Amino acid sequence: MPSEPEQQLRAGGGRAPDVFTPGGWVPMREYGEAEEVDFAIVGTGAGGGTLACRLAEAGFSVVAFDAGAYWRPLEDFASDETEQQKLYWTDRRIVDGSHPLKMGSNNSGKSVGGSTVHFAMVSLRFRPEHFKARSKLGYGVDWPVDWREMWRYYDEVEDALKIAGPVSYPWGPKRGRYPYRAHPMNAAANYLAKGADALGIDWTETPLATLSAPRGKAHPCVYRGFCVTGCSTNAKQSVLVTWLPRALKAGAEIRDLAMVGRIETKNGRATGVHYLRAGAWRFQKAKNVIVAGYAIETPRLLLMSANSEFPDGLANSSGLLGRNLMVQLNQAAWGQVADEVRSYKGPPSLAISEHWNYEDRGKDYFGGWSYMSQGPLPITWAKSLAGGRGLWGQALIDEMARNNHSVGLKMVGEVLPYEHNRVTLSDETDQYGLPVPRITFSLGENEQAMIAHATDFMDRSLEAAGAAERWKEMDDTCHLGGTARMGDDPATSVVDPDCRSWDIPNLWVCDGSVFPTVGGVNPSLTIQALACRLADRVKALC
Amino acid sequence: MADRFPDYHVLAKRDTASWNAQTGAVVDARLAKDPPEGVLSDRQRQTLARVIDRIVPQPEHRPPVNTLALVMGKIAANGSDGFRHHQLPETRRAWERGLDAVDAEACVRHGSGFAFLSDDQADAVLCAVEKGEVEAPEWQDLPAGLFWSWRLIPDIVSAYYAHPSAWSAMGFGGPASPRGYVRLQANRRDPWEAAERDDQAPSPAEARNHHAE
Repeated sequence: MPSEPEQQLRAGGGRAPDVFTPGGWVPMREYGEAEEVDFAIVGTGAGGGTLACRLAEAGFSVVAFDAGAYWRPLEDFASDETEQQKLYWTDRRIVDGSHPLKMGSNNSGKSVGGSTVHFAMVSLRFRPEHFKARSKLGYGVDWPVDWREMWRYYDEVEDALKIAGPVSYPWGPKRGRYPYRAHPMNAAANYLAKGADALGIDWTETPLATLSAPRGKAHPCVYRGFCVTGCSTNAKQSVLVTWLPRALKAGAEIRDLAMVGRIETKNGRATGVHYLRAGAWRFQKAKNVIVAGYAIETPRLLLMSANSEFPDGLANSSGLLGRNLMVQLNQAAWGQVADEVRSYKGPPSLAISEHWNYEDRGKDYFGGWSYMSQGPLPITWAKSLAGGRGLWGQALIDEMARNNHSVGLKMVGEVLPYEHNRVTLSDETDQYGLPVPRITFSLGENEQAMIAHATDFMDRSLEAAGAAERWKEMDDTCHLGGTARMGDDPATSVVDPDCRSWDIPNLWVCDGSVFPTVGGVNPSLTIQALACRLADRVKALC
Repeated sequence: MADRFPDYHVLAKRDTASWNAQTGAVVDARLAKDPPEGVLSDRQRQTLARVIDRIVPQPEHRPPVNTLALVMGKIAANGSDGFRHHQLPETRRAWERGLDAVDAEACVRHGSGFAFLSDDQADAVLCAVEKGEVEAPEWQDLPAGLFWSWRLIPDIVSAYYAHPSAWSAMGFGGPASPRGYVRLQANRRDPWEAAERDDQAPSPAEARNHHAE
């Protein structure tokens, strides 16, 4: 049964939910549909929500649309894996290719605030060389941005989210202090540290977007461990509780339960968006349209918007829209220890090693990866044991009963861009009457070589830390990128270095789809940094 | 195997600071669920019940898990997980065809419906489905291995481990909001966490678990 916020509009009538107060409201400015607003933004996650804030604060008129509900976490979120699936994008999607992707939980969200409402809060910077993978490291493609510029925006985002991180970060160029102190490590994190020490590599506390000290109306993290099902105490610094309250204060309008189905164009320019809300298709006029739906919904919307001016979809003169879909490798190594670890306590990834993002020697593949300690909840863990290890029957029940002694390490690994990995439109339609996306994905030899190296290394780390009965979980992916790549050349990219469509000058993309490569770190911090950068570019250009 | 967490009951924390009102409401509703009517034939339902029985045996000495009701609820809703393997039909159709095929496989191998097989026979049929080494013609349009790994296993396992009895049996702290945890170090336990059976410990786990509230 859909809950009330999934059925009843909450934003409107001059007000939006106050995410810090059960039943509370804050004022919201509203714009008429015939009023040509400066920016219509599709999506309110790491890209769109951040941008809505920054553009509204710059004085632009902004309406941001999201297909998901406008939650008040304190009153709407349960400590329950099943119930909280309401935060995932579970609309129909067809998956194929030789490694069909499992969608929903760890690669998409359907909420105001996007997938940051249920992300694991891991907030990492790209290695500088990863922005120039082709020219510096000989693989993939270069980003059309300079790492020093990105690092200035990383500073801004880390401060906006009050990232809790270590005093000094072991890898890469010197960076400033994190705004809040690091969280204490749980037993699972200490096992990562013990293994890394034994193997002679660096590790650190993971920089996390959850509070280690009070902030405004939000309390510090209480280590309840249900982070990836949504934070019910508001310690998590999601877009929902950080950028969006600022956006509203600055005069942005947010429309919840609003599914954008088509972007209108006239004479080669975007004129506004058609969206379904409260049972009716409506049209919002806009001077600029920014698509921020992440790597499946962004190309889907641009493909669905094909018209006589742009028969192959908007922003698709390169033919690359929807192509170069990337995920990140999410394989793991697990083992058993005598200690009671109880990894369900605290954020799931309190310790990290980025060693293999910064070390290029000793690899028979391109790209980097990091790995983190783990704390799976029961259903997730049961699916790992049943799916990854083939346990069922009493063997599964008995192994589950030993969960408090399990430790694991999980990678976030770089997948290379391949044109054959892509998003297209199928012949089926969804509950909105829109074409269901088809997601085609296959791993290549480079990915297989990285998986072999990473799972072996993580297994050795567990062994060195004293774990027995070790096994490798070989089939998992996370995060998305690449389907509306940014670049310097209109023939080989979808958007320009300012994230503006090469083909339509007032159409922009602002989410993980613009990533030319994905690196070996979780993408949310980089998406938010790109959004801040785009806001500053817009100020200069518009 | 003996219960590792004797007398530990997640539900004993139902009215403490570990459970907010939302959590109480969704778990109460789950525990009250019965199998819905109007979905699956009697025969399919019998087959499903027996499959569940073999995949996730009930915990001993604890209230039973209503896995059948929860899985049937998902089938009735024809729910989407956000992705569908291109070789499989949608949820409800996949389950209907898959259960017919499991039943047919039992008949081919053992001359009897799946619900009436011995434990060993039933497990042998399930092993064949898992490996995709099946003989019944019902599998022609439904790849057995994919039905197993993309539908049967995730749906059944997810239903079972959504239940407090399953949480208690694995010593999981259960719902935790607004109260979370204080002691994060190895071998440290908050008073509201499960104590594990340990024959060397000065006081038995049963006694320590009586402080679980």
